[in-house]
Amino acid sequence: MKPEAFATSATLPSPSRRTFLKTSVTAGGALLLGFRLAPGEAATDATTAFAPDAFIRIERDGTVTLIMCQVEMGQGTYTSISAILAEELDAKWDLVKVEHAPPSDALYGNPTFKEQMTGNSNSVRAFWMPLRKSAAAARAMLVAAAAKRWKVDASTCTTGDSQVMHAASNRKLAYADLIADASRIEAPKDPPLKAVADFKLIGKPLKRLDTPDKTNGKALYSIDVLPEGVKFATLRACPVFGGKVGRVDDAKAKQVPGVRQIVVLDDLVAVVGDHMWAAKQGLDALEITWNEGANANVSTETVWTQLRAASEKEGLVAKNEGDIAKGLAQGEKLDAAYEVPFLAHATMEPLACTAHVTADSCEVWVGSQVLARAQKTAANATGLPVEKVVIHNHLLGGGFGRRLETDYVDKAVRIAQKVDGPVKVVYTREEDIRQDIYRPVYRDVISASLADGRIVGWKYRIAGSSIFARFIPGVFKFLKGVDGDSVDAAADLPYDIPNVHVEFVRDEPPAVPTGFWRGVGPNNNVFAVESFIDELAKKAGKDPVEFRRGMLGKNPRALAALNLAAEKAGWGSPLPARSGRGVAVQTSFASFIATVIEAEVLDDGDVRLRRIVSAVDTGIPVNPDTVIAQLQGGLIFGLSAALWGEITIEKGRVQQGNFNDYRVLRINEVPNIEIHVIPSAEAPGGIGETGTNAGPPALANAIFAATGVRLRRLPIDRAQLARKTS
Amino acid sequence: MINLNVNGEARSVDVPADMPLLWVLRDVLAMTGTKFGCGIAQCGACTVHIDGMPVRSCLLPVGSIGERKITTIEGIGATPAGAKVQKAWLDFEVIQCGYCQSGQIMSAAALLAAKPKPDDADIDAAMAGNICRCGTYVRIRDAIKKAAEVA
Repeated sequence: MKPEAFATSATLPSPSRRTFLKTSVTAGGALLLGFRLAPGEAATDATTAFAPDAFIRIERDGTVTLIMCQVEMGQGTYTSISAILAEELDAKWDLVKVEHAPPSDALYGNPTFKEQMTGNSNSVRAFWMPLRKSAAAARAMLVAAAAKRWKVDASTCTTGDSQVMHAASNRKLAYADLIADASRIEAPKDPPLKAVADFKLIGKPLKRLDTPDKTNGKALYSIDVLPEGVKFATLRACPVFGGKVGRVDDAKAKQVPGVRQIVVLDDLVAVVGDHMWAAKQGLDALEITWNEGANANVSTETVWTQLRAASEKEGLVAKNEGDIAKGLAQGEKLDAAYEVPFLAHATMEPLACTAHVTADSCEVWVGSQVLARAQKTAANATGLPVEKVVIHNHLLGGGFGRRLETDYVDKAVRIAQKVDGPVKVVYTREEDIRQDIYRPVYRDVISASLADGRIVGWKYRIAGSSIFARFIPGVFKFLKGVDGDSVDAAADLPYDIPNVHVEFVRDEPPAVPTGFWRGVGPNNNVFAVESFIDELAKKAGKDPVEFRRGMLGKNPRALAALNLAAEKAGWGSPLPARSGRGVAVQTSFASFIATVIEAEVLDDGDVRLRRIVSAVDTGIPVNPDTVIAQLQGGLIFGLSAALWGEITIEKGRVQQGNFNDYRVLRINEVPNIEIHVIPSAEAPGGIGETGTNAGPPALANAIFAATGVRLRRLPIDRAQLARKTS
Repeated sequence: MINLNVNGEARSVDVPADMPLLWVLRDVLAMTGTKFGCGIAQCGACTVHIDGMPVRSCLLPVGSIGERKITTIEGIGATPAGAKVQKAWLDFEVIQCGYCQSGQIMSAAALLAAKPKPDDADIDAAMAGNICRCGTYVRIRDAIKKAAEVA
């Protein structure tokens, strides 16, 4: 892989009748590219390339271009997907180049979601077999083409480094020389796949393909695009959710040098200028009166009063095993409720979208986890047919679920409709945080009973928003009103418990829009479950690790992870005063992870992280270094939320606006994080969101071990942890 | 017109003197490697060097720079410390989404240029102004130490 793969036209074939290429030179001379295949026409002209499917294109110069069915937002998926394809294709790794996919649910739909979507830590899980089969079929076609030319049996040929070899006659043919012949071979339906033991790329710590350009400023994010003649805009939507624009006095804004246009829409105001500075100055100079609407009195208190009441009601049953009434009637009972707040995503790249709308065309530059959805959003906003919307994806400066939404595409396109020429709409950080679609508040109520030191009954009710109901209503309907996301890691506990009852109460918070946030449903479930398991261990008089071990007999992969994490963390060894270790076990996203956090609680109640150790069995780790990086980063993401994260509402408005009041962890607050990857030949699990879910309960449990104070609400309440002076 | 020295090249820009350097670089000079993250010098994504010192360009009025030398991520590889940091970043596979990394690399290069053998406390002090949401801090610390070992 050459470092310029994302940013030059060198990776592209010459235009043919089935493909077309658009390049445009920006004001700064950087070349932007948009390479598109018409849906259903992935195969290119056989004289220029062998393109057996939507994922692979072998050029005459030997370049193997892989079209990325999932988006790169830092999680390393471009490298992992490329490794899977190149492995089964036996492509020469150094000649592999990657390309952002065009919008197409049909060609690039995620097999789990049935649409072009990157999320739920499932890129590798969902595409593992489809990509292997796809690449293996392509390889078989190349082999068949060579065998035919040599008049030998295909089974006597082998492949490696983008060549077909025939050892008996000592002949070789490069894939590049088989393009035309292979294009005439019919794709086999069930091509043989490699044995795990024969993998050359998968399972090795490969260098990432996207990182060289990220060290020198060349990597192109959507916020960086500069189509010729682009203007710059920034916007303000009504700060009260659901409110509308009232009166706008733009007299002062028009005086700001560089301001070109004021765009007033029903729900937002934007200022267009020669650069972002002019737009921002102009926006600040506007005098806007809002029609705040029905939500003007909503506050955090309103939200929690409503949710707490809802959480006391019976819910829809998500799981019922054994006899819960009988289970809860035995032994000693314990009840607890856990609460988590609204959270913003705060991706480092603020939301941005560039659009150029004319009477009969719309071109959009964006970073999206759902490119085909984004294209439809632009079509809806303009009234143009979908095929008239040309949309380009980019590297994402963080996703975390925020770029699963297309609200910012809708807003940018509606602004662009009023502007002559392309306009780049960039959110200020304040707008990015105040117009987010938030991780919902949840309240989890759990009751359990203990007999002979074991859990014999477990009743778990989750109350909160259903993101499915808005985001994938068909699935929500299919599940008959149970939000599959909210109960995900609740219905699938790691432990062997005989009587389990899980239910869901849907309670949509007033005013505040809710969406997926890294870790999704399990980020709430794992905090509640693993905190409560610790409380039960205490009640049973058992060590938290020992207590969990006793219930993992039927879950050897989780047990192995727990044993390894406990050993590596020195579980049980002495610690200084007001320091403690906490453990958490989780099995969501088909990965088996145990985490031990060592934390110190200072006299003023602040918490210092001392050490973090995780052990993970994620099946075959496609790129083990990425597995480690995702756990390290995910832990920090989750711990930022546990230690600081909370969006609060007053008068219908979000009160936070930037990194000064929406705090995230900084380098000086983060200790060493050791990740131990357990070798496995099982199918790969998901990894991108797992660390996020591991952090909060392990921290809460460490704080309990250090102080005896049980925190059942996030973020942590330092006032409860301050040393009491007697 | 305001005259600037960017990565050793003379550039002239016709912009208000109070315009922050960040937007001059990104929107006028089309040098988009320097990133916008917060606009209030909280996140460090916009870090550049002014005469070798790390500065948050989102709050730096372009008219205040004068003849001092501006170095951005596009030019930092030409400095010994910058080249070492870029290499260590790849050797340790520090980067995830990468959006904050221009700023991280600029802060780390300034640290190494000023203090060739930093300890953990030096690294924390120099890098605490640079936020990374992907959580690459552990590797940043390792990579800076490794870069410091390279003669």
